Amino acid sequence: MALILKKTPMREQAPDKRRHNFKEVALGYTLEEARTEAKRCLQCKKPLCVEGCPVNVQIPHFIKCIADGDIKEALRIIKETNNLPAICGRVCPQEEQCESKCILGRKGEPVAIGRLERFAADYMMEQEEDQQVPEMAKRDKKIAIVGSGPAGLTAAADLAKLGYDVTVFEAFHEPGGVLVYGIPEFRLPKSLVRKEIDGLKKLGVKFETNVIIGKTITIDELLDNGYEAVFIGTGAGLPKFMNIPGENLNGVYSANEYLTRINLMKAYDFPNSHTPIKQGKKVAVVGGGNVAMDAARSALRLGAEEVHIIYRRSEEEMPAREEEVHHAKEEGIIFDVLTNPVEILGQDGWVTGIKCIRMELGEPDESGRRRPIPIEGSEFVMDIDTVIIAIGTSPNPLIKSTTKDLAVYPWGGIIIDEETGATSKDRVYAGGDAVTGAATVILAMGAGKRAAKAIHEKLSRGE
Amino acid sequence: MYEIIEKRELAPGIKLMKVKAPLVAKKARPGQFIILRVMEEGERIPLTIADYDREEGWVSIIFQEVGFTTKALGMLEQGDSILDFAGPLGRASDLDGRQRVLCIGGGVGVAPLYPQVKYLHEQGTHVDVIIGARSKEYIILEDEMRKLSKNMYISTDDGSYGYKGFVTYVLKDLIKQGNKYDEVIAIGPLIMMKSVSQITKEHNIPTTVSLNPIMIDGTGMCGGCRVSVGGEIKYACVDGPEFDGHLVDFDEAMRRQQMYRNEEKRAEHECRLYKGAYE
Repeated sequence: MALILKKTPMREQAPDKRRHNFKEVALGYTLEEARTEAKRCLQCKKPLCVEGCPVNVQIPHFIKCIADGDIKEALRIIKETNNLPAICGRVCPQEEQCESKCILGRKGEPVAIGRLERFAADYMMEQEEDQQVPEMAKRDKKIAIVGSGPAGLTAAADLAKLGYDVTVFEAFHEPGGVLVYGIPEFRLPKSLVRKEIDGLKKLGVKFETNVIIGKTITIDELLDNGYEAVFIGTGAGLPKFMNIPGENLNGVYSANEYLTRINLMKAYDFPNSHTPIKQGKKVAVVGGGNVAMDAARSALRLGAEEVHIIYRRSEEEMPAREEEVHHAKEEGIIFDVLTNPVEILGQDGWVTGIKCIRMELGEPDESGRRRPIPIEGSEFVMDIDTVIIAIGTSPNPLIKSTTKDLAVYPWGGIIIDEETGATSKDRVYAGGDAVTGAATVILAMGAGKRAAKAIHEKLSRGE
Repeated sequence: MYEIIEKRELAPGIKLMKVKAPLVAKKARPGQFIILRVMEEGERIPLTIADYDREEGWVSIIFQEVGFTTKALGMLEQGDSILDFAGPLGRASDLDGRQRVLCIGGGVGVAPLYPQVKYLHEQGTHVDVIIGARSKEYIILEDEMRKLSKNMYISTDDGSYGYKGFVTYVLKDLIKQGNKYDEVIAIGPLIMMKSVSQITKEHNIPTTVSLNPIMIDGTGMCGGCRVSVGGEIKYACVDGPEFDGHLVDFDEAMRRQQMYRNEEKRAEHECRLYKGAYE
């Protein structure tokens, strides 16, 4: 069989149409398309793709099942190691992970592993056959999971499958963490996250929303009240600002606030949904990561006439996924790279413009990327009415400040044992962005898995 | 769901609700707040805790019906439930070690002042209280405050009850008479807290104010509640809600409070639910 060098294309909403709606951009494969793509897989004896996956999904194995048309079995294989395939298939940076290792990628494009994973999950959800709950022996041991984002959900699922009595605590009114407040509908439909969470409920996982661990209940109280172990997966929710003049003007948002208003609170449907948001006409988003792309593309969908991404390095250094940058450009987002804001200008308290300076790249810095250096005298003013700051987030200090003996780094990340996720405090584990700072969904899931395994080993000792 | 076990109208458009929320009640302390959501599609709004009973497991809130959400909340009756009710949030007030404290409440701001006055009273602190409102009918918690305070003063803008004028007239008068206070605690409209802080600054009386800015999560995540205090950016939700009144940039805070003024107007005009409820 001749090698097919290109991925089977996936249908997308056309850019001029999708820039006006919040519906999902990528539309997924049909069964036929999925089987065609699955047949491209060489079924390597020593599959490198599996090594590239932070949770080691048995990739060739599930792809073979898709090629054979047994989607149910394909999903079962994925779910052995990945509890959230519909989500990972959409938001994992496959190009840096599994797909980057694919042998086909040396000559052409790698197998579209992410799209196939997504297909298997979506297809079975539609068939509504993804309901089978594996038989498991109940263990009479309670475990608390703090935070219901990717790390917490993964740890919860793994521990529930082992028979533990798992309760997930969430500060917001809806579980899902960054999957519901951060990642927009057009990249990850919320109905899908809800379905994945319903799946966990079927496994017996309990969800307690509106409970702020550290405030409503402390970690120590959980341990004193019958929970044998606690996993902290509270993410990196604290927005960073630039500390430049004008950041408190009306019309300046953190990306966190902007996206939370839109995604969790559905401000795009205001006033039917009661949370308002400023519908900027000319919007500047500062930053070059996925969150910046999400914010920019959301602003466009809210009706902005012009949306700028302002990034201080060049496009090559942008941390956002290539696909996101590509989609943003297709939709008409303007990229102002090698540009750095120095002041936000305002009148009567409202944003009217942003003063920027041009940058050039110098020697590589500690991150290995070339350091941006301001070009003297190159300041200029852009007229804009809304600014969204998307330059990163750090872990929330709320738990640290109310938990004795929990060691954290000076920048706020919880210190853990890499292998087990164990923190400095007995029976308390942590993982995901709360440990690493802002990273990816799949890395958080990997951390949740490792901690679940370690918790199980500790609690089952002597059984 | 969080059941409303008691509801009372304290003044026109100012309502008290006792809400069954045992976990919040167990931890609540004076100065802290909760965030609630009335219904699906509802906005999250912060409200300062007005009272609580750990044994009985309730927290009370007092709110003025000013926007869409507070009006929708006001329509719920005893036996109904509030969809989401999370807390306690923010730092508790630091009220220990004071001898003489003057507490000033304006309008619905008298409500969050109440647990503080109660706490101070229980500590044996000498507490004087000034409460102010537009007119007599808007004065709330008068009897409760009278029981807990050594001296109680009332002012109304129109002079229909107590002194005629703002609470600041009473404050100036008390200072002029030679009253000494370790601290002034002022809670009410931003403009009132600003005026109080200006006066107490002239007389070097440490002053604490409580801010209630726009916020979403209440845990430090959105940064929407940021306020300049002594030139530094603070988050009212986790660093506050109480701050040194002499350091708060009130003008900025007042401006930020207006962020969604236009949207609020639009909501009142457009929202189907609103129309359904008020037609």
